[in-house]
Formats: sequence, structure tokens, C-alpha cells
Amino acid sequence: MTELAAGTIARRRTGRGFIPSIHGWLLLLPAAVLLVSFTHWPTAATIIDSFFSTPKGARPAVFVGVENYEAMLDDPIFWRALWNNVVYCIGTIPASIALALLMAVFVNGRLAGRGFLRLAYFTPTVLPMIAVANIWLFFFSPSYGLVDQVTALFGAPARNWLGDPSTALWCIVVVTIWKEAGFFMIFYLAALQQISPRLAEAAALEGASRWYFFRRITFPLLMPTTLFVLVNAVINAFRLVDHIVVMTRGGPDNATALLLFYIYEIGFKFWDTSYAATLTVVLLAILAAVAIGQFLFLDRRVHYQ
Amino acid sequence: MNEGPYAATGAARALETVGAWLLGILWILPLAYAIWTAFHPSEYAVRFVPTAPLTLENFAHAWAAAPFARYFFNTIVLCAMILAAQLFLCTLAAYAFARFEFRGREIAFLLVLVQLMIMPDVLIVENYRTMHTLGILDTILAIGLPYMGSAFGIFLLRQTFKMVPKELDEAARVEGAGALEVLWKVYVPLAKPVYIAFGLVSVSYHWNNFLWPLIVTNSVETRPLTVGLQIFASVDQGIDWSIITAATLMTSAPLLVGFLLFQRQFVQSFMRAGIK
Repeated sequence: MTELAAGTIARRRTGRGFIPSIHGWLLLLPAAVLLVSFTHWPTAATIIDSFFSTPKGARPAVFVGVENYEAMLDDPIFWRALWNNVVYCIGTIPASIALALLMAVFVNGRLAGRGFLRLAYFTPTVLPMIAVANIWLFFFSPSYGLVDQVTALFGAPARNWLGDPSTALWCIVVVTIWKEAGFFMIFYLAALQQISPRLAEAAALEGASRWYFFRRITFPLLMPTTLFVLVNAVINAFRLVDHIVVMTRGGPDNATALLLFYIYEIGFKFWDTSYAATLTVVLLAILAAVAIGQFLFLDRRVHYQ
Repeated sequence: MNEGPYAATGAARALETVGAWLLGILWILPLAYAIWTAFHPSEYAVRFVPTAPLTLENFAHAWAAAPFARYFFNTIVLCAMILAAQLFLCTLAAYAFARFEFRGREIAFLLVLVQLMIMPDVLIVENYRTMHTLGILDTILAIGLPYMGSAFGIFLLRQTFKMVPKELDEAARVEGAGALEVLWKVYVPLAKPVYIAFGLVSVSYHWNNFLWPLIVTNSVETRPLTVGLQIFASVDQGIDWSIITAATLMTSAPLLVGFLLFQRQFVQSFMRAGIK
């Protein structure tokens, strides 16, 4: 009898931790089901599918080992798309971050008309990428478009900007910078407003120049923001291909095929789902590398806070 | 107003102002140009004559040429459905992470954060297969489903809920409120600015989303505006630029007008969403 009573008490004790535990999981459950179904499971399934063949008609998928990966390494369009994505990153990320910082500094000061300026810088962010791409498509159209009209003033001949493999990707780069710089500006602006004005006063007393103050105080203090913006920019560079679909469809001659666009074509034009999964694994690996890189950097970031 | 010791003065300030304005004009130019084209007859599309007659005809043509009313309806349903589900699911999950002790909480939270890196946008092939299995291809539900459990929303709300003083929570419990009642009466009202911020970010994201809806929809009844616009702009070679531009502006107008009216809230929402 005493044993039974002791058991009940013990159960009650652990029960205090147990009941909230169930509550916690119950609250989490609905969101967790969706997250697992549409993020974790497809991630795992992508990796599994990359080792199988694409089922065709009555023929089911069979295990093919690393055959898909071998095919990928021999696929010049894959390498082209990967290289395009690298060029696209180098072309868009540093430029849009630098412009974002410049815009934030402009808007943070007390320049005449900064209300208008903030509006002008930020507006492209609100527009759908698809709308942006349609507007710019018009600009780049040969001889009729605005770009050619402007260059014609300087006597340059009409060009097919989007139809020429040597210029097409750079047109896409320009559109992306235009769309993203204002978005990143917001984060710099928020960070600039959190820097204590005391720092500037103290530095001025010490006789530091304006540029010196920016380089040695402001810029280091903005490092966490720069990291955050950088990570976002890299993810976007691999995640967003709406403008490719509208402006070039990856052409001419795959000059503007980015990795995700190529996955889209393989998966939904050629319905080669296993190969699309293999390509997706590469994309996931890149994103994972970004995540790990961010994690390692975050430790250092503590230094500044 | 104190500008601090490092505000530009004299020539430097003039230079800075000119630079800022040049950049500003360059940045607004594409949109200004689109507006010019859309509101003038097509023969003025690239001729900038101040006396060019204004017209709404391009908009009328665009509206008549494709079922934009239906597309608008679909997009509104889509955004509302996603936002409602996100608010509900993320609130519950964030509450669990912020205020409940349970086994595996840390690991579960890390698993949630995975979605910040690997968004549904890149898992198109497998998610399409899932929608096929569920038998809901070509429905608005299928467009929204992958985004309803939002790691971003959970993360944002968890941070907010964690800052709610425990005393408020306990006071409500002493008065006999259950866990869900406390959530509803204490936490949710205090997090209102965060809900607004998240709502604006979510709606503008899904209003603009394109690739996934393009893949998963196949009919007028389900297509959102972005996909409808693209089909309209690309299929018919005969449509002139003025009409396409008008359609483009029309589809972005609600967000654009909303942004102009509530500029400060928009900017602050995006700021808030970024500072974690």
C-alpha cells in the first residue's frame, strides 16, 4: 500500500514535467506537420531520388547508384548554369550591398527631399519580380527600347541586349541590382539608426576625420547587418529565377540559365525528375554551405556586441 | 535638430545631395517610364512630348483581353488563406517554443530554422510530386500549402513572446486562465506590431510569388495574378507594349498604392522583420 502511494507521488512529480511537455508538442504539432511535409521530407526525398532512375510509363524507378551524378558531371549545361550562377552572384551581390549602404547613408542624413529618396530607392522592392522583368524587357528591346534610345544619342548602333550571349546575363544582373538594393538599404538604415550619436561626438573630439570614422567605427558596427544581408543575397541568387523565365528563358544558348531555372526546365519541360533531383542536391549543398558559413561567422560576431 | 559632428557641410553636402538625387532619379526612372507608357497612347510610348494626351485605354484593353478579375480574386484568396494559416500555426508553435519546457525543444527549433535556408521555392520537384499524390494539383490550396508552416513567422513570434514579462503570464494564470487563454489575452495583444510586420511581409511575398504557382496551376480558376500576367504578356505577340505595361502596373497597383499610403509601416515592418 505504501509502495503504491509512493508510486503515485513519484508519478505526480514526473507528471509536472510531463503534462506541459505534451502541451508543448501539441501546440507545435500542426506547424511541424507542414514543415516536415514540405521542407524536411522533400529534402530527404530529393537526395533519395537522385540515386534512382526516372520512372517512365510502366517502368518503375530503379536504383542506379551515382549514375545521375556521373551524367551531371558530363553535362555541359549543368556546368554552364553553375558558372552563370557564380557570375550572377559576383555581379549582383557586392554591387547591391555597396549601393544599399550608400543609399542608407544618404537617407539617414538630413539631405533635402530624403522622403522622396527613400521612396525612390525602396519602391522596386514592392513590385513583383515578374512586373519588374516585364518593364525591363521593354527597356532592353532592340532599337525601340529605352536603353538603345539612350545609347543611340551617343551614336552607338542598335543592339539586341537580351539576345546576345555576351550581354544577356549582365542585363539580368542590372535588373536584380535595381530590385534588391533598396531592400537591403532598409536593414542598413535600421542598423545606422541604432548607432549611438555619442560615438560620433567622442570620435570628433579625438579629431578623427569623417572617412576615418566611417571606416573604423560605423562600418565595423554594421558588420552583423552586412553578414545578414550577404546571406540573404546569396540565398536569393539561388532561389529567385522569375525574371529569367520572363526575360530570356535561359537563353540565348543557355547564357542566362541559372541553376534553379535549369532544374525547372529539366523537371517540368523534360519531366526527368531524377535528374532534376540530382541538380537540386547541388543546390541544397550550396545552401547548406551558406548556412554553415553563417553559423561559423556568427560566433565571431559576438565580438561586436 | 542636431546632425552630429559628421554631417556633411558646404561643398561636400552639395555633392552628396546631388549624388543622392541622381541615384534616386535613376532608381525611380524605370517605374516612371512604365507609368508614362501605360497612360499614353502607344504612339507616345517612346516619345516624351509633354502635350501627349492621357488615356486609360491601355488599361481597358488589358482588362478586357484576359480574365484579370478572376486572377485578382485568386491572388487575394491565396494571400488571405496563407496569412490566416500562418498566423494561427506560427502563433501556437512560437508559444510552445517560448514558454513550454519539453523534451527535444532545442532540436525541434533547429529543425524549424532549416526552412530559413531551404525554402519551399527550391524544392519544386518533390513538392509537385506531393501535391500530385494528395490529388490537389491545380488548386489554390496547393500554391499555399508549402508556405503555411513558416519558420520565419515562428522565429519572429518566438522572439517577441520571449520578451513578454513572465509576471503578466503568471498574473493571468493566478486568475484561473488556461494556457490558450493566456496566449490569446496576454501574448497576442502585446505582439500586435509584430503581427502587422509579418502580415505585410507575407502578403507582399505571396502577391509577388511566381515560379511555384506557375508550376502547380494550370487553369484560369486557380492562377494568381503573376502567372496570369505572364501568360498574357508572352503568348500573344500582337499585343503592344503600352497594353502589357498597363497590365503590369495594374497587377502591382494594390501593393504599390498600399506602400505609398502606409510607407512608414511598410519600411518599419521590413526593418522589424530583418532585425532578429
